[in-house]
Amino acid sequence: MGHIVLNQITKRFGDVEVIPPLDLTIEDGEFTVFVGPSGCGKSTLLRLIAGLEDVSSGQIQIDGQDATEVPPAKRGLAMVFQSYALYPHMSVRKNIAFPLRMAKLEKAEQDKRVEQAAAVLNLTDYLDRRPGQLSGGQRQRVAIGRAIVREPAAFLFDEPLSNLDAALRVGMRLEISELHERLKTTMIYVTHDQVEAMTMADKIVVLKAGNIEQVGSPLDLYKAPRNLFVAGFIGSPKMNFITGAEAKKHDAQTIGIRPEHIAVSKEGGLWEGVIGVSEHLGSDTFFHVHQTGLADTITVRAGGEVNFHHGDRIFLTPRDDVLHRFDMQGLRIA
Amino acid sequence: MATHHSRSAARLMMTPAVVLLLGWMLVPLTMTLYFSFKRYLPLRGGDLGWVGFENYTRFLTSSAFWPSVQSTLIIVGGVLIITVVLGVLLALLLDQPMWGQGIVRILVIAPFFIMPTVSALVWKNMFMDPVNGLFAHLWKAFGAEPVVWLSEASMPSIILIVSWQWLPFATLILLTAIQSLDSEQLEAAEMDGAPALKRFWFIILPHLSRAITVVILIQTIFLLSIFAEIFVTTGGAFGTRTLSYLIFQRVLESQNVGLGSAGGVYAIILANIVALFLMRIVGKNLDA
Repeated sequence: MGHIVLNQITKRFGDVEVIPPLDLTIEDGEFTVFVGPSGCGKSTLLRLIAGLEDVSSGQIQIDGQDATEVPPAKRGLAMVFQSYALYPHMSVRKNIAFPLRMAKLEKAEQDKRVEQAAAVLNLTDYLDRRPGQLSGGQRQRVAIGRAIVREPAAFLFDEPLSNLDAALRVGMRLEISELHERLKTTMIYVTHDQVEAMTMADKIVVLKAGNIEQVGSPLDLYKAPRNLFVAGFIGSPKMNFITGAEAKKHDAQTIGIRPEHIAVSKEGGLWEGVIGVSEHLGSDTFFHVHQTGLADTITVRAGGEVNFHHGDRIFLTPRDDVLHRFDMQGLRIA
Repeated sequence: MATHHSRSAARLMMTPAVVLLLGWMLVPLTMTLYFSFKRYLPLRGGDLGWVGFENYTRFLTSSAFWPSVQSTLIIVGGVLIITVVLGVLLALLLDQPMWGQGIVRILVIAPFFIMPTVSALVWKNMFMDPVNGLFAHLWKAFGAEPVVWLSEASMPSIILIVSWQWLPFATLILLTAIQSLDSEQLEAAEMDGAPALKRFWFIILPHLSRAITVVILIQTIFLLSIFAEIFVTTGGAFGTRTLSYLIFQRVLESQNVGLGSAGGVYAIILANIVALFLMRIVGKNLDA
């Protein structure tokens, strides 16, 4: 169980309204990702759900019960912190058993659950070490283990991968996704990295300055971003935005086209430009095309092995069917 | 730059300081050892020659010796318990965000800047005086008979005065330690279902263990040699004669330098035994 409803919640720190009235429903078993640039209120929102911050107004429901005034420990949620927040003076075993010990479970039951969690997370060999003797990825797993043993209604992750190096991050991303598949528990995951959001989420909540910009599945957001912010935030590299005469042709203030939806050619096409920097990734090549007369830079994706060089003239043709149109307010024109 | 050449130059330049410090330590130590084997009575004949270990046996067998060791340890132990316990509590309190935090912190630290002699005199005359002291007035206000603090409750009085002086030190060290605690750890414990008292016991106290160790070690070193507080209050009477006070009495009041020096050597040995014990008990906290 882990059905969470936020009903018109707000949060103010003094005179500053961090979160204006906000509604959100998180279904049971869903992997929800809060994503947005730093300072957008996503961590605050998570802490409100956890109970570590009190809402200024509004209501939080967990499994149909009003949990607005319930203390964090009684909400049945487990949280994994950015710094992992392991207890440095306790062994891994004691760290994982801590919530069980606080719940006054029997020693045998405690041991059983710790062993289980350790087996799931490949920590069995490290149970008697201190957190200081573990690598970043292992600490991360201990923090997850401490959350798992409580068998919570929902897991809350606060940027859990931001302290890991790139290779480890990809690995842990998979492990967390697999964990979700296995446990089928509600998970709420906060990140500023849209790649994490796209790869892991069932549902993405894009936040900006405390406002929900859009809620939807990763592909919904990719295919039909509701406004310029979401369009620019989701997808890598960023969508190209073109204003002016070219946009007018499509009856829009701004048009957006993703780099992967532009065809490149040496002979001819709709637009023309000069290649600046090109980024070769092996599987793909990204060209930054200048002097198109449309925008400062147009980013284009081409295949891995294409024969273009710095300074070459290039012709670009966008795919009309995946062109995004936005009006004066930056909202999508359907 | 850590070449062979620059390292030897560094050593050369450090030499004066090292020699000075070594001399500073070795000269008094050697003189103490030297006098402790002599019968040396400045006002009654001066240097009367070597006496072997006679001073040592006399100091040890004197009826004042063991009581003085005992009162030294009681004072040190009492002050340590009071300052560490209250220091932890005060540090927790001062860590809370509150109005006028800066001023309150300075006020808390203030007693540490007052000279021991002055603070002991203030306590003796303003608080503990059985006729005009504030405590006497307080007792009388409730209709009770004023306590003659320094004679009837001499030991607790001295422990109180010394604790008051050392509490700021303990509070300061423990406060900085508390401030270095990662707040996410406390939040994690809160989510894990630990109420405030258990968070204190399982998270804050272990985090403070190293700072507490430092406080205990440093205070012990200074408390073993407290003198001024006793000198200006009880003058060593009413069971408050510590080892260092006994040595002072032997050297200056009885003018027996040899006997006092032997006592000094015992004091060194006692300090080392206590230090050894402390290192054993709490020293492992410093390794981690």
